[in-house]
Amino acid sequence: MMQLAARPAPLLNVDNLVVEYGLGNKIVHAVSGVSLQVARGETLGLVGESGCGKSTLGRAVLQLRRAKSGRVMFDGEDLTAMEGEALRRMRRRVQLIFQDPIASLNPRRRIGDIVAEPLIIAGIKDAAERKRRVHEVLSAVGLDPDLVATRLPHEFSGGQCQRICIARSLVLNPEFIVCDEPVSALDVSIRAQILNLLEEMKARFGLTLLFIAHDLAVVKAVSDRVAVMYLGRLCEVAPSEQLFARPAHPYTALLLQAIPVPDPDVRPAESVAAGEPPSPIAPPSGCRFRTRCPRADQRCSAEIPELRQVAPGQFAACHHPLA
Amino acid sequence: MTAPLLAIEDVAVELPTPRGNLRAVDHVDLSLQAGRTLGIVGESGCGKTMLSRAVLQLLPKKAKLTGRVMFDGEDLVRLEPESLRRLRGRDLAVVFQDPMTSLNPVLTIGTQLMETIQEHLELDAPAAKARSIELLAAVGIPAPEQRLAQYPHQCSGGMRQRIAIAIALSCEPKLLIADEPTTALDVTIQAQILDLLAREQRRRHMAMIIITHDLGVVAGRADEVAVMYAGRVVERAPTQALFKRMHMPYTEALLAAIPKLDTAPHTPLPAISGRPPDPTRPLKGCSFAPRCSYAGGRCQEAKPVLTSAEVSGHLYACFHPIRMTEGIEA
Repeated sequence: MMQLAARPAPLLNVDNLVVEYGLGNKIVHAVSGVSLQVARGETLGLVGESGCGKSTLGRAVLQLRRAKSGRVMFDGEDLTAMEGEALRRMRRRVQLIFQDPIASLNPRRRIGDIVAEPLIIAGIKDAAERKRRVHEVLSAVGLDPDLVATRLPHEFSGGQCQRICIARSLVLNPEFIVCDEPVSALDVSIRAQILNLLEEMKARFGLTLLFIAHDLAVVKAVSDRVAVMYLGRLCEVAPSEQLFARPAHPYTALLLQAIPVPDPDVRPAESVAAGEPPSPIAPPSGCRFRTRCPRADQRCSAEIPELRQVAPGQFAACHHPLA
Repeated sequence: MTAPLLAIEDVAVELPTPRGNLRAVDHVDLSLQAGRTLGIVGESGCGKTMLSRAVLQLLPKKAKLTGRVMFDGEDLVRLEPESLRRLRGRDLAVVFQDPMTSLNPVLTIGTQLMETIQEHLELDAPAAKARSIELLAAVGIPAPEQRLAQYPHQCSGGMRQRIAIAIALSCEPKLLIADEPTTALDVTIQAQILDLLAREQRRRHMAMIIITHDLGVVAGRADEVAVMYAGRVVERAPTQALFKRMHMPYTEALLAAIPKLDTAPHTPLPAISGRPPDPTRPLKGCSFAPRCSYAGGRCQEAKPVLTSAEVSGHLYACFHPIRMTEGIEA
């Protein structure tokens, strides 16, 4: 397999991962042969529209959804081959933050217990130690532990619930966190607070992040590199600045063009590609974007484009990349 | 100036809750000329949706509404239910945020379209069907004739929103209220739907209110923007003037908090600290004062009223407006 900007031994190495769901007698091709690496201390942004498989990929990394084929190597160990106790031990090092912060907290449990639960599962028996850890992470995310620990989730706003979720994900001192749309359910003014908090936590706890979102501007704000996904495959992987300044894949360019800019002097582009993503049950042959792509020709329907380097550090899966 | 198509005059909406009265809309005045677009921007809970419900007279039963909503010469607040029913769907149409729940799942798309058309226009079934096909084609639905026999679940989210727009446009409304019409949609589909709304508006010379939390959505598409915070309009201006020089600190903070494509990765965002006030516990002073970096003692004591800036039509509600003179940055 080709190496994508491989620096010394990446913390996460996803190799040719395939995830499929059964739907009646049909198969949903959610992730179709994705390879990517995340270096220690790096934030990799993963963007794409709904149904492109980005959440499935995030879950498959954590083994919450088992892959049909391919491997997920974390710090040199193959997660896809792990089961039971070994996997449970590994999960202390990899955590997940979900999109809906209110739905991901049990409404009947107190905040202190919610945040302490991973510690109990991890077998930390010393109650004083658990309390100390819960206090530490709650203060780290900007909440007053003495005020919040005995309260229930409904007493908090969406932004505060997301802070609690982040505290819970940090309590086991993980190395790697998959953030699945962590700010898309939040208001603009709260979104900025949470993005800043994630950046602070990353620096303070030395985290590596896989940041999944549909909003390119949000992804750019936090990511070192960005991977663009369309219908189960990667279109493009590049350092953030480079991807936004010089997109090589026509789909990346389309996404960039479609973002509404808060400036009345920027006229909205009228030529945004027509049509909608095809169904992942019957994806198009060859390049999956070809049905919406202005540059598509016969080769695109016959031959699957491989990710290849188009500029230093920039990889695109396209037969006709943009110059 | 001709009389506006819509004039919202001193409208206030109160909702009783177990914690006391919730003032959802706090004495709002807005007006809209025929054929123009007004963007109403604000975060969740700022009252923008309740305000649009007040216009449509679709408030919850327990809500208490005061003020007047003048539409085409009539006060909707005092209109008989029967006259209102004739108006809604014909002259006054709405597109909601969630196209999954605004269509009836057990009726075909054709039935839902033709129902509205036949209710308000004197057309027989074949004519209503022909018009439905025409409308679906106009909103960019391929093979419209086949779609008529399908159910909403057979369409994607973008398709469903196009259908909801077709229903809203079916009787040539004078005013279309689009309440977060693209929030549930993907970014490429959002651009298509916003283009579609703009195109149909121009073609039909229809007035439109776009309600959104995204300043980006209104920037290129509204003639005028009203920013709401805690139930009040805190700044209102022609779009160009607003983005060129915003006077209300909240508007500035809201714009600054949006991640931009042209900023470098890992640049800390200027977040607005804290969160909006509890709407059941109204503040004595400016609602934004607790989160505002410019706030002084007066801001805690009294509510600033909307004041005119030098650009005509630009109003702001602030004791410490920013960028009042060209060249001086606050």
